[in-house]
Amino acid sequence: MSTIDHTAGDGGWQGGRGAAKAAPRPRLHRSGSDTAFYGFTALCAAAVVVLMAAIGWVLARDAWPSISKFGISFLWRSVWDTNKGSFGGLTPIYGTICTTLIAIVIAVPLALAIALLLVEMVHPLVRKIVGTAIELLAAIPSIVYGMWGLFVLVPLIQKYVDPAIQRTPLRGLPLFSGAPLGYGILTAGLILALMILPFIAAVSRDVLSMVPQVIKEAGYGMGSTTWEVTRSISLRYGLSGIVGAFFLGVGRAVGETMAVTYVIGGASNLSTSWLQPGQTIASKIALGFPETGPGLERGALVELGLILFAMTIIFQLIAQTWLRRVRKRVGGRA
Amino acid sequence: MVDGTSEATVQREAVVPPRIEVADVSHVASSKGQELATKISVRHLDFFYGKQQALFDNTIDYSQNRVTAIIGPSGCGKSTHIRAFNRIFALYREQRASGEIVMDGSDILSSSMDVLEVRRRIGMIFQKPSPFPMSVFENIAYGLKLHYRLSRSDLRDRVEDALRRSALWDEVKDKLDEPGTALSGGQQQRLCIARAIASEPEVVLMDEPCSAIDPIATNKIEDLIEELKKHYTIILVTHNMQQAARVSDYTAFFYQGNIVEYGETTKIFSNPDQKQTEDYITGRFG
Amino acid sequence: MSGMEGVPRRSVARRKLGDGLVRIIAWVSASIGIFAMGWILYTCIRRGAASWNLDFFTKMPTPTGVAGGGILNAIVGTLIITAIAAAIGLPLGFFAGIYLAEFGRTGRVASVIRLICNVMVGIPSILTGVFAYGLIVIAMGHFSALAGSVALAVIMLPVVARTTEDILNLVPNELRESALAVGAPRWKAILGVICRAARAGLITGGILAVVRVSGETAPLLLTVLNNQFWSVDPTQPMANLTVTIYQYANTPYPDLQLKAWGASLLIIVGVLGANLLVRLIAQRGRQW
Repeated sequence: MSTIDHTAGDGGWQGGRGAAKAAPRPRLHRSGSDTAFYGFTALCAAAVVVLMAAIGWVLARDAWPSISKFGISFLWRSVWDTNKGSFGGLTPIYGTICTTLIAIVIAVPLALAIALLLVEMVHPLVRKIVGTAIELLAAIPSIVYGMWGLFVLVPLIQKYVDPAIQRTPLRGLPLFSGAPLGYGILTAGLILALMILPFIAAVSRDVLSMVPQVIKEAGYGMGSTTWEVTRSISLRYGLSGIVGAFFLGVGRAVGETMAVTYVIGGASNLSTSWLQPGQTIASKIALGFPETGPGLERGALVELGLILFAMTIIFQLIAQTWLRRVRKRVGGRA
Repeated sequence: MVDGTSEATVQREAVVPPRIEVADVSHVASSKGQELATKISVRHLDFFYGKQQALFDNTIDYSQNRVTAIIGPSGCGKSTHIRAFNRIFALYREQRASGEIVMDGSDILSSSMDVLEVRRRIGMIFQKPSPFPMSVFENIAYGLKLHYRLSRSDLRDRVEDALRRSALWDEVKDKLDEPGTALSGGQQQRLCIARAIASEPEVVLMDEPCSAIDPIATNKIEDLIEELKKHYTIILVTHNMQQAARVSDYTAFFYQGNIVEYGETTKIFSNPDQKQTEDYITGRFG
Repeated sequence: MSGMEGVPRRSVARRKLGDGLVRIIAWVSASIGIFAMGWILYTCIRRGAASWNLDFFTKMPTPTGVAGGGILNAIVGTLIITAIAAAIGLPLGFFAGIYLAEFGRTGRVASVIRLICNVMVGIPSILTGVFAYGLIVIAMGHFSALAGSVALAVIMLPVVARTTEDILNLVPNELRESALAVGAPRWKAILGVICRAARAGLITGGILAVVRVSGETAPLLLTVLNNQFWSVDPTQPMANLTVTIYQYANTPYPDLQLKAWGASLLIIVGVLGANLLVRLIAQRGRQW
């Protein structure tokens, strides 16, 4: 069994194990001890719900001073002035969205390529070794990525990549303007991509390797090339699993703190350029919390957390419903 | 040629067995007096799984537009034999074939023969019904869209035609957009047959197509095979001797990777040349 | 309908070209990805190993700016914080998982709980830090290891619950039926028979969950902070590896930065070691 922690969502690719339909458990009449046991386990399960609600409540409560003061405008104001007591969340929100976007655009195709390679194209021994390596890499904590980002990637980008971009016409775009510093949204996006890459690759590989051999042989037997079989058959068969992996990856990227905090530069002013320092919600909270005492600013930070909380929940719920729909929809006419 | 008993395959003493009463198989077509074309000529086919040899010097001819059944006990190499024809074994690193399989003058096994082309001309039906994860329509259209450029209406016509010829049209004409897996087992297998014939192969390989299917559906498929042989050359691997007797024109008996005997089905089932064949047919082993 | 005479063919050459192109892209992409990941590991090992010596593991930190010393308090601190978190999170998650697998296969309530579990697994770890801060740090008035452990336990709970449920679902129903048929009460059947059958998977799931939270930084940053001195009192701030790495890396002192690498390497070794151990257990588990 893969050691990847992919417990979120009963993604269709797990359909081979666990059974899609719940097998009802045998019941006999319950003795007293059984009732007690049932109650106890139910309590533990209920703890999950209670906890979730508690988190929401604590976040809302601690964010209230900021919510009541700034209202909805918090979402589009980019000021963060401790002295004047004026705060807005646009900069971290923008940074979160951009870094996640960069991470996904880079990581998903790379991960699928690695998965395709492992399942269809390499020697079984290589498959085992590289597959294990990827699973192990997915377990490495984010602070290690952050360290590497700070000491290796940032100087690299400052010395080579930034100047290279300056030399191309891209520098005209607001997206790529500014002096080369090494820190910034682009750097953070790259680190995030590296972070979620092994995870998505491992899950995709699991998905692709679960396509039954008969079906693939049937595809090849019709005279398809490897890519044709993968595209029309394997990816379709494992579509819900891949989509699930995609959403999980996004979820991780959005909330990632330590990998990003080191390299994003911690700027408060909003800059549209990806080469300039920015901020994500998670890194803003991490940097800001130890610095501030109780008060309005603390409330603003927690409000950012509340926004992140809401984003994550909405996102996860979409992912769950999507997975359920996709599984039913392998029909229709191309 | 029809008898196909080249020296290489018959390695045991030819013993004349006593006459055995066998079920009436008179409806199987006889070729007496007809010049039959050979579609595929196999010469000295060996097959290896790694170091282990699974097929030994197979030499046999398959006649065009006829059904040839391959029978034999489990593990005798029947499936391995036909899997050499569409080079599906090439997917697996340790599997290797040597010898010649000649179809219309070209050797299928030679590397100069494009494997995609081979597989376009030779279709395969597997033991387990394996519809692709797409709609019924897209399943049938798969081969057509893969190899040909067709207009939408052409495509639709050909899909319908394939389904009709597979005796499936009436059952699925309202379900064309549903996933292929929504059909019953027997229907799925007929779907796979329709899928295979839609792109008009020349040969259809069938690897125990009915073993995972209920008897009623099996009947339908056997009737289908009877129809299909008018257009295609069919090689049918089956562990069900009665099926072979019902459906095929020629039968080959395999044992431990060797072709023990091969000939017209009527002959094999009523008056085989080899004692081993007779033993298998009469159920003394298998 | 006649055969395919006269029907235009799609170009085989072009199809093969497309296939070849994808293969090349796959190889190149995979190489980039694997190279990058290998680079990270290599950097950690090279820089981290440079700081590993006996002092590193056995001494306390020296005053800032003074070279030498070690991170003993951080190592011990992480162990304690993780242990407390496990003591809270593992049992709760385990029994919640039992509920979901054994009693909740076909209920609305259980489906909702399962859904919430799945959503919770995806919650960013920093938010659990904010939560524990608001709940415990404010109540206590100061940072503490306990608050950190609670934050970590919150992360662990849904993960352990879902893993437990998945593992228990793999146990065939026949086993349950035979256990009950012998007359055992439900709870004995579950704990004694089913959990024993799923023992390997449950253990690996637990180890993985614990190891995962031991590498978390953000929640601890908000709840435990750090401690330069020796402390094993859970009601006080406690030194820990991850925040130490964070703080040392941000200093201008090369000696401390090196120690940050050393601590990172230590964490990597721990995480990878635990993962390999888990594989061994899973393999041995298959043999009974």
